[in-house]
Amino acid sequence: MIVSVASGKGGTGKTTVATNLASVMGDAVALLDCDVEEPNAHLFLAPEIEEEKEVGVFVPEVDQEKCIGCRACVTICRFSAIAAAGKKILVFPELCHSCEGCLEVCPEQAISAGTRELGKLVSGKAGQVLFHGGRMRIGEAMAPPLIRAVRTKEEARPDTIIDAPPGTSCPVITAMRGTDFVLLVTEPTPFGLHDLKLAVGAVQTLGIPAGLVINRAGLGNDMVRDYAAQEGLSILLEIPFDQDIARAYSRGQLLVEALPGWRQSFIDLFARIKSEVEGRAAG
Amino acid sequence: MIRELVILSGKGGTGKTSLTAAFASLAPNSLLCDADVDAADLHLLIRPEILRTEPFMGGCLARIREQDCTGCGRCLELCRFGAVRKDFTVDPLACEGCGVCVDLCPEKAIDFPVQQCGRWFCSSTRFGPMVHARLGIAEENSGKLVSLVRQEAMKLAEEQDRQLILTDGPPGIGCPVIAAIGGATALVLVVEPTLSGLHDMQRVTRLAAHFRVPAMVCVNKYDLNLEITAEIEAYAREKKMTVLGHIPFDPVFVEAMIASQNILEYAPRSKAAEAVKRIWAELTARASVQDLGIVDFNQVIQY
Repeated sequence: MIVSVASGKGGTGKTTVATNLASVMGDAVALLDCDVEEPNAHLFLAPEIEEEKEVGVFVPEVDQEKCIGCRACVTICRFSAIAAAGKKILVFPELCHSCEGCLEVCPEQAISAGTRELGKLVSGKAGQVLFHGGRMRIGEAMAPPLIRAVRTKEEARPDTIIDAPPGTSCPVITAMRGTDFVLLVTEPTPFGLHDLKLAVGAVQTLGIPAGLVINRAGLGNDMVRDYAAQEGLSILLEIPFDQDIARAYSRGQLLVEALPGWRQSFIDLFARIKSEVEGRAAG
Repeated sequence: MIRELVILSGKGGTGKTSLTAAFASLAPNSLLCDADVDAADLHLLIRPEILRTEPFMGGCLARIREQDCTGCGRCLELCRFGAVRKDFTVDPLACEGCGVCVDLCPEKAIDFPVQQCGRWFCSSTRFGPMVHARLGIAEENSGKLVSLVRQEAMKLAEEQDRQLILTDGPPGIGCPVIAAIGGATALVLVVEPTLSGLHDMQRVTRLAAHFRVPAMVCVNKYDLNLEITAEIEAYAREKKMTVLGHIPFDPVFVEAMIASQNILEYAPRSKAAEAVKRIWAELTARASVQDLGIVDFNQVIQY
């Protein structure tokens, strides 16, 4: 089963939930850090890195000698990544979406495959947990290609937990698509509620079942709870607003290590999600 | 000379929106811009009255005309995004809008309509004008919408004679953030004193350094972890970023949110409100904000 942990609003506790869930499930799971712009999971899991791979995507390289100036490449490119300046063809690799249209249409084989570095794919073990994380190159605009690369590690263990980025646009969709369950983490505040509704919209667009974790419960009001009831969204866990929990988090410490009483709550959370997913598969 | 302050953080949930809303009370003659188009929240505090709504047109999506499709499979072969299904329909969530199938279909059986990806708004508020937007769920082109919102904010500021634009920025370091930084007068980084907060701030700082833009740092909820607060401030000074000050953790920020007010309206005598006022005083004393159109290169982030 593949569970993605998402939110809508940033800073609600996705990484907290994902890493603690992975930690208690140990050798049954792989954790994939798909918040490639600002990955944090490694801060809490402290994996021993066994492999670090550079991930790149296709960008065109133009052989100016072979180029006859037909501009078929310029015409097909919807992203203005390849342009003509007199007789010369210029490439803007940071704009390229790697569709390879230019490669396809060049009549002279003047275009070959170059690479734009997206960032790194890091793999290792955090205790019993299998860890894979993406770390986007600073200056890279597009997160989805690197997220897709991280997700190629999805079948490595029977169960996978994906730590998704905040928001509801293309990076999050790339992290959530095709997963079996989305665990939405929210805070019971007006911003939390507003962005949760957007996230629920995204999850519904993808047609994936979802459940809710309310983090920092007690700091806010009941509107998230009311909304959840209205939408038939199950509240699977509540983590109270608590100074000790906040301080442990600030130090980069797993909640289940700082306050081991929480282990069972996360084991139960995983079991609840599993039974939801298996229930649907059977039904 | 219109100046623009862009409020960023790297990490989500550090308090950018709450602080932007508070600055709106303190900045005379300003204009608000919500550039966090993916999960826009500023309007919840500001309660804008929308005066103008415009559609935001993003990229195009391929649509195969069933009646003209011969099932030759060329599109399936060409698509690098797995967007063409075996039944020759296009998955709109996977379609990247590259147009290669559209151009190379032997039957010209693929349409390529431009998509409305969201909407943007010009509004009036109790603090002055505001430009904001809403990106559709699961949409791309957030960077493009961020650029548009900032451009329109600049236009509106010129029309309405506003001297300062306060821009609430997005989290992360990807295309919406890149679109939010270029051309800013200065950045304000709102950082939380956690390992994650520090880590993420360092990444957005490295990104911002490329743009040769001055940056200022304030630590929100600073009393959560004094050691990390000190580390953040030390890092800021090392990179030649001005340390503006720090704000204590206070549940009153959430109460203000629930009341749809900023902290200065809701709890003007709170320690948090006092801290915000001190930060604003430091900020407005900065040369980069004062000087007319002169970028002081000694003040930019030294990486």
